[in-house]
Amino acid sequence: MAADAKPRVKVPKTATAGEVITIKTLISHEMESGQRKDSDGNPIPRSIINRFTCDFNGQNVIDVTLEPAISTNPYFEFEATVPEAGEFKFTWYDDDGSVYEDAKSIEIA
Amino acid sequence: MKSKMLRGITAVAVLGLSVPALADEEANLVLNEEIEMTVRAPAPDHMENVDMIYSGWVYRTDETQVMQMDDFDNPGMIGVESASVVWANVDGSEGKSCASCHDDAETSMKGVRAVYPKWNEAAGEVRTLEMQINDCRTTRMGAEEWKWSSDDMMNMTALISSVSRGMPMNVAIDGPARETWEKGKEIYYTRFGQLELACANCHEDNYGNMIRADHLSQGQTNGFPVYRLKTTSLNSTHKRFRGCIRDTRAETFPEGSPEFIALDLYVASRGNGLSVEGPSVRN
Amino acid sequence: MKLTRRDALALGLGATAASFLPHRAMAAADEAIAEFTGGATPGEGGLTLTAPEIAENGNTVPISIDAPGAESVAIFATGNPTPKVATFNFGPLAGSQSATTRMRLAGTQDVVAVAKMADGSFVQVSSLVKVTIGGCGG
Repeated sequence: MAADAKPRVKVPKTATAGEVITIKTLISHEMESGQRKDSDGNPIPRSIINRFTCDFNGQNVIDVTLEPAISTNPYFEFEATVPEAGEFKFTWYDDDGSVYEDAKSIEIA
Repeated sequence: MKSKMLRGITAVAVLGLSVPALADEEANLVLNEEIEMTVRAPAPDHMENVDMIYSGWVYRTDETQVMQMDDFDNPGMIGVESASVVWANVDGSEGKSCASCHDDAETSMKGVRAVYPKWNEAAGEVRTLEMQINDCRTTRMGAEEWKWSSDDMMNMTALISSVSRGMPMNVAIDGPARETWEKGKEIYYTRFGQLELACANCHEDNYGNMIRADHLSQGQTNGFPVYRLKTTSLNSTHKRFRGCIRDTRAETFPEGSPEFIALDLYVASRGNGLSVEGPSVRN
Repeated sequence: MKLTRRDALALGLGATAASFLPHRAMAAADEAIAEFTGGATPGEGGLTLTAPEIAENGNTVPISIDAPGAESVAIFATGNPTPKVATFNFGPLAGSQSATTRMRLAGTQDVVAVAKMADGSFVQVSSLVKVTIGGCGG
């Protein structure tokens, strides 16, 4: 899973100070729920992204706990307040210990 | 928070009965708030029984339609991004990447998807995008063929489609392609399987109606490769053809077979005029 | 009232069928919700759950929650094998206490959202989502 997980994040390039912006995040991940069985009838073990966080200049925007009921290629859309110029950091935590990251800068218009 | 208003229309799902649309069949598709897509158009002259053609997009629920409107909503774009990386990677004995000959895909591949499948004079056959990609790989790159519906192949057709989005489909059905096209047309109207269903029975005679709980489309291919919500993955036309014929309880033709290549060309021509949408989002 | 054997059987089976699956699923969901609220009974109001009336496909169902002023919102699928779906915890820079995601639904069921408000109280709302079997090929 680790090699394949690709994040796609949409953050506007600029905002006015204090503006509320919409952020969209999508990451490729099978989100193996643990409910499926292989062709021999053996359960395929759960292997999902279990947590997603978004921080801005060190402060938290959102912290999501994911369960197996989140669809393949987990998608989140949410809003963030932009007090000043800086960088959004996005982090996805995998059951297997991998951590996937992405970052997007934003400037004040 | 911006969210598309969800319409709650309950439908009675009975095979063959015409019911109020679950989706907004009048909606327009604007991609990334900039590219206006043609999702309905007058049917091409060669179609005798249909006046207007519609993209599969209009038949999906509001929520599904929204997923295709922004490249950051569309999971098919993950495949496009993967292919962009592969595009620049050297592969094969000749030490080339796609980029070595084709430079930047956005420029060099613009317009390509809109005219495929098409006749290849040198090869003396109608070729689909998959065939052309494999020809480049084996002949010019000295690389291995990709399987028809492998992730590599579908990601690459998604990339090549994506740079033509908004352009009208325009496959040639005359000249040397004519014979293949006629063969495809014959298959389209042939009943297959224990259920004795032809493509036309559902997609020409009953588009807009419900088949069990599914809203039947015209079976257009302008949106391929398609990210299906059901499989949460991309799907090629031949993979879908196989699924459809299997569902008539028949032995289906293999992917890449002459029958499916012909059908691919014919079905593509039924969508001439609709915008290239691939990778699209469907159920 | 005298019941014939047939009546008794029919009654017994009917009751069992009605109580078996939904009861089990609801019990698991109730437990998960109680875990989130610490046993408190949620009230109503101030929380919006947006979900389709009919899901195009149970594999990928878009849902949104919006709870102005909430600390966190948890989502539960009362008819899934495991009811927990996700918990959204809003930080100081959240622009609103709202979020959209896509979830899996095993079948037609109530999706429940529970919000923990800033004052420690809880509110709950639910939405019935129909999950259908598709046409040819499902």
